[in-house]
Amino acid sequence: MKTKEKQGVGQAHIRVDGKKKVMGQARYAGEFTLDGMLYAYVVSSAVARGKVSGIKTAAAERIEGVKGVMTHANRPSILSENDDDWRDQIAPLGRPFRPLWNNVIEFSHQPLAVVVADTFEAARCAASLVEIEYERGVHTTDMVAARKDSYHPPSGKIAYNPPPETEGDPEAVFATAERKIDVTYHTPDHHHNPMEPHATLAHWNGDKLKVWTKTQGVMNTHGFLAGAFGLDEEQVEVVCPFVGGAFGCGLRPQYQLVLAALASRAFNAPVRLTLTREQMFSFGHRPYTIQRLRLAADESGRLNVFMHDADGETSKFEHFTETVVNWGASLYPAEHRKCTYNLVPLDLYTPLDMRAPGGATGVHALECAMDELSYEVGVDPLQLRLINYTETDPASGLPFSSKELKACYQRAADSFGWSRRKPEPRSMTRDGKRLGMGMATGIWEVMYMGATVKAEWKPDGTAVISTASADIGTGTYTILAQIAAEELDISTDQVEVRLGDSSLPQAPIEGGSMTAASVGSAVKKASSQLRKELDEESSRRKSGHSVTVQNQPGEEEETHAKYAHSASFAEVEIHPVTGSIRVSKLVIAVAAGKILNPKTARSQILGCATWGIGMALQEESVLDQAYGRFMNHNLAEYHVPVNADVPDTEVIFVPEEDKEVNPLGVKGLGEVGMVGLSAAIVNAVYHATGKRVRHLPIKLDSLL
Amino acid sequence: MKPFSLTQPKDADAAIQAHAKLPDAQFIGGGTNLLDLMKYGVMEPKSLVDLQDLSFHEIGPGSDGGLRLGAGVTNAETAEHPKVKKDYPLLSQAILSGASPQLRNMATNGGNLLQRTRCYYFYDCATACNKRRPGSGCAALKGFNRIHAILGASEHCIATHPSDMCVALVALDAVVKVRGPEGEREIAVEEFHRLPGENPEKDTVLKESELILSIELPSSNFSKHSHYLKVRDRESYAFALVSVAAALQLSGGRIVDSRVALGGVAHKPWRARAAEDFLKNKECDRDLFLEAGKLVVKDARGYGHNDFKLELAPRAVAEALLQAWKGQES
Amino acid sequence: MNNSSLNKVSFTVNGQTIEEEVASWVTLLDFLRERLHQYGTKKGCDHGQCGACTVLVNGKRVNSCLVLAARLEGKEVTTVEGLSSNGELHPMQAAFLEHDAFQCGYCTPGQICSAVALVEEGTASTRDEIREWMSGNLCRCGAYNNIVDAVSEVLDAQKGVRV
Repeated sequence: MKTKEKQGVGQAHIRVDGKKKVMGQARYAGEFTLDGMLYAYVVSSAVARGKVSGIKTAAAERIEGVKGVMTHANRPSILSENDDDWRDQIAPLGRPFRPLWNNVIEFSHQPLAVVVADTFEAARCAASLVEIEYERGVHTTDMVAARKDSYHPPSGKIAYNPPPETEGDPEAVFATAERKIDVTYHTPDHHHNPMEPHATLAHWNGDKLKVWTKTQGVMNTHGFLAGAFGLDEEQVEVVCPFVGGAFGCGLRPQYQLVLAALASRAFNAPVRLTLTREQMFSFGHRPYTIQRLRLAADESGRLNVFMHDADGETSKFEHFTETVVNWGASLYPAEHRKCTYNLVPLDLYTPLDMRAPGGATGVHALECAMDELSYEVGVDPLQLRLINYTETDPASGLPFSSKELKACYQRAADSFGWSRRKPEPRSMTRDGKRLGMGMATGIWEVMYMGATVKAEWKPDGTAVISTASADIGTGTYTILAQIAAEELDISTDQVEVRLGDSSLPQAPIEGGSMTAASVGSAVKKASSQLRKELDEESSRRKSGHSVTVQNQPGEEEETHAKYAHSASFAEVEIHPVTGSIRVSKLVIAVAAGKILNPKTARSQILGCATWGIGMALQEESVLDQAYGRFMNHNLAEYHVPVNADVPDTEVIFVPEEDKEVNPLGVKGLGEVGMVGLSAAIVNAVYHATGKRVRHLPIKLDSLL
Repeated sequence: MKPFSLTQPKDADAAIQAHAKLPDAQFIGGGTNLLDLMKYGVMEPKSLVDLQDLSFHEIGPGSDGGLRLGAGVTNAETAEHPKVKKDYPLLSQAILSGASPQLRNMATNGGNLLQRTRCYYFYDCATACNKRRPGSGCAALKGFNRIHAILGASEHCIATHPSDMCVALVALDAVVKVRGPEGEREIAVEEFHRLPGENPEKDTVLKESELILSIELPSSNFSKHSHYLKVRDRESYAFALVSVAAALQLSGGRIVDSRVALGGVAHKPWRARAAEDFLKNKECDRDLFLEAGKLVVKDARGYGHNDFKLELAPRAVAEALLQAWKGQES
Repeated sequence: MNNSSLNKVSFTVNGQTIEEEVASWVTLLDFLRERLHQYGTKKGCDHGQCGACTVLVNGKRVNSCLVLAARLEGKEVTTVEGLSSNGELHPMQAAFLEHDAFQCGYCTPGQICSAVALVEEGTASTRDEIREWMSGNLCRCGAYNNIVDAVSEVLDAQKGVRV
């Protein structure tokens, strides 16, 4: 056995599931098979609004191997009529979408039929032969044009914080302020585009439904299926051991799940349905935002007016809300403050949380605006942040449970070489390219939820940890093994972690950077209790003793504001003739409490860096307004960064001890490294070129 | 993807005969674009004639000191071929700037010539496209047309040709050798692709059942001073917004002869002869190159989202000429 | 309507001989996954736009989603499942594991096959060249820095050249 020091929490450990992944042995949702399994293929709507007036299926049904075509007209009528039954844990308020419910079309690419066949090829072929006749309606997909219909959203969605209260008299003070900026930023639609497309294998055994499906939370999917299909919880089982990336698009159950289960019932066989890459553009996405920032400062740079007004996109059937405008109120004090957030309904599918939802876009605009203010006031951008630094949360008035942001600024700036930066825009060059340096702050609220974990001692001296959580690539399998190993005083390799199965003890969805805190704390508690019981009665050590422990955060009133922070520094090189932009250097410092595994933690931040580059320079789901349809619905035209886009990136974890957030002292990493990073790049582009581009992504078009 | 038959002839004549005889036939080389389009339902051939057993997989001497590139040779082999790298570095550079190593290992030279546009609307059967479905209209005209043509377009189609290789081939005066039911003929690459006019469904001047046998490269005086500049939205694995193949034959600093061709601006690789004429016998100079660039867009027009190309294309021409002047790093 | 024509074809997958009548419209990727049930090779886009399906055919890396299985007569196919022997990881697999060159793992088999070919091709030696020659494999988790580290290490070991 290796020593605890080498194996436990805080040590760099290779992924415990890594060997399976490099050998191609990790099984993802669409890679399970059952005898007699049929393949399903979705036929998607060509129009954004209207009705299906007819569906011709004869040609499709003539294809050899086709079992049939399922539509709204002939689907099994086993679905619940009640909206509440369709509302999953993450659902915003409103009316959840129900596939093949009736003939109404509410968004382009809406599923209208499902072809089922005994081979994938036959199903795909037949799907292309299904003829849909449309009664076309009038759609609205233009965010800018539809702003006149904006409305104040109801709150009630998980992890959504309504804007903070207005303080002082911001409008009046701003009107007469001397040093101020009034700027509007646009961020476009993004699609998550995990490498693994959504897939479900559904199988009915009598009145029991088992699915292997892509999800960030088997329990959420489990509850949703029970509701939508009117089943008891015992009748449903959901399995998902590996997730090929999700970034939020696996939070809510998607339509392929319902359709696979329906088709399995209709055709009395196991049915697997995998969405095409094009269909991965047919559901939730990061919503378009339009954000106006009005900031005013005194001559030293201290903010006295802070106004952040945002419009976010939603669908016409659900009120999708995310926390966009609140971040500034927890970063920078200002005597006069106003934040508003409204929704603009469009004929698109409901948006969906996507990596750092609300923060990625809200802090982007905020940190670009702060950069603009730094030039307005004539203060170095980093200095401006330090001038407005606070040790208590201005929004709540509470002290931070811990906040090593200042150390993040310092260490990242030193490593980056910020002191070499010349303040003037267009003042630096390298090898004939314009050089720019920019920085920004990142912030993410710490979330912590209850979870239940079973810890079991095996006769051979190894342990098994079971919980219905997920590992979406973040390293959950590994850190949970590390936490258990430390508590049980065995090596990490002697811990087997079981996740992704609804028959295991309950755990929340993996999202919002809360799994390490929530599930990790429960693992710590369960393992610790198992150890204690074993110590009390050592004979049990070999008897397969187990404990199942629920860990629930306390309900007492908050005494601290709990946030993770980051500081991003970016250098860009811009070709003076063609305008081509390349990020040449990135340094990201993160203060996020205890780092459980520096190896997987660093990978999370590297991922954030890649996402920041994509958001700043590449990613955009482009709508054709005439069709109301995303047009670059593939990975050749929806650009995500390739290897050549990402420079060697330095990740710094600033030590941060936090006794308040949760028993582990962790704050989560999946989001905070991305928040602000796009702003650092955009600010660097301004520094290089003197051009302030307020629409993302910045493409060379705007630099010519 | 619709059902199709796969026929595997052993020589060119058998392939041509099979193509002529079989219903809705397409030749398949690497298949990188054809299968892609078949999966989207954009192309629906009933018969595929497989060319992999044909004996056109070699690179060898051409006529008059030139080089013959077999149509079946992969893009990767062509780009890495010692003779290509030495005498036609422009071509090697252009090929290597395209697609990915995997795709270049599959894609053939003949297939690259027949690559189809990346127009979003061509690819999406839910929209109007005269190239995909003649008479249905061109949704790109008033739609999202950032990647579209600024030169030689028509009211029926504003698509661009997406190849990098073909831009270099046009600059190098390459010739395509084809054989059909009526025998062999040679077509300059510059004439091989056509402008959309009223028939955007036709990308090239190939006649029914004509098979590309080889690409003939004439001997070149441009190996010392050439550059392929590709401007795109990410560092790699992306199609060109604008690309330029530039080559100079110099005597001291004086331009004896030049070649300028552009990709991403028209329905075909665009040879900029006016710029070439302008450069003749002038001394290399940054401002001169900018002047030459401006000539390229003299008759160009934008359609909204692609207006930036009117500014980008001349700049790219100037930059490519500048890099060509500096010479190849070797 | 009858489906695509059946074509008799013989090739090997990781050394195992396949002799079958294959429908012409079946890609190598779908053949591996849905006929052989070897799911190590991944489907990310099915259009040659992501590289997740990368395998080696006669030692060359290709996108198996754009290869018709019926055209593989006499060819040797190697997938991620064929890289390790007797449970012993291929050096590239070991390097990916050690450098944490992945998160979700879905692009990983394609990345590894691509990287194995890259070493064989000999065209890349600097970090920037590795970046360029690995750019046909998207990684949405953003493990690129670590992928470059892993490939560099194997190049170093195999060629004795410092990167």
